Amino acid sequence: MEILNPDMWVDKYADYLYNYTIVRVNDHEVAQDLISETFLAGLKSKKNFKGEATERTWLISILKRKIIDYYRKINSKKGKAEVHISYRDDDAEGDWLEENAADPFDKTAEDKMENKELGLAILDCLQKLPEKQATIFKLKTVENFDTEAICKEYNITPSNLWVIIHRARKSLSECLEKNWFN
Amino acid sequence: MSMKFFLKCDEATHVCDKSQYNEASFLEKLLLKMHLFMCKLCRGHVKRNVKLTKTIKSANIKILQPKEKQILKVRIQEEIDNEE
Repeated sequence: MEILNPDMWVDKYADYLYNYTIVRVNDHEVAQDLISETFLAGLKSKKNFKGEATERTWLISILKRKIIDYYRKINSKKGKAEVHISYRDDDAEGDWLEENAADPFDKTAEDKMENKELGLAILDCLQKLPEKQATIFKLKTVENFDTEAICKEYNITPSNLWVIIHRARKSLSECLEKNWFN
Repeated sequence: MSMKFFLKCDEATHVCDKSQYNEASFLEKLLLKMHLFMCKLCRGHVKRNVKLTKTIKSANIKILQPKEKQILKVRIQEEIDNEE
């Protein structure tokens, strides 16, 4: 039975939720607001958490609704409910459906989709590490912080830092081997 | 790192980690190359480590800044305090 620990939410899930959101709304400020709203909504409906899902899955389900609400809101602001889809522009050649189908060799969309999932898989693996280790690893690897800056911030020596980085890389590598590459 | 010709495996591993962040010196990289020439185990390690670096890069992960997280934490704490 899972229980909720709201005071740990930011450290444990903020980056995961942020990555989930940013690929969907594509705006830093909006993503931040949605995450903040999600956490607050989570607090308010704490008693609805039945412990069937993990804490993160539960927060994601709230976030999904927030994202949908966000799109509803910006759509209603436009003042038209009608959505026009032009299946193809008039200048395009070829009337046959086949000619208008997606190019199977154009894999960009698919690649992007996979990258979305990969980012979440990596963050998922990092969540298994001790909190401080994961944070330091992310700052160093994702944000490219200087060794010096991190050491100063966390009051550790460079050799401490490299031990942390090494452990994190080892466990991340093993985790991805198991959950992503296979 | 002391100046010597042959690295031990743990030293080679350390240089490999540093070079994933472009923080290994030219000499260190040279010594690593020599070690890899002789050590199959470390060759495997380097291969995995480089693969991990590429994988992370291709994922294009975005994280919140420590400051931004702090703001979120404060906001949540306020809400928790309000309830009590």
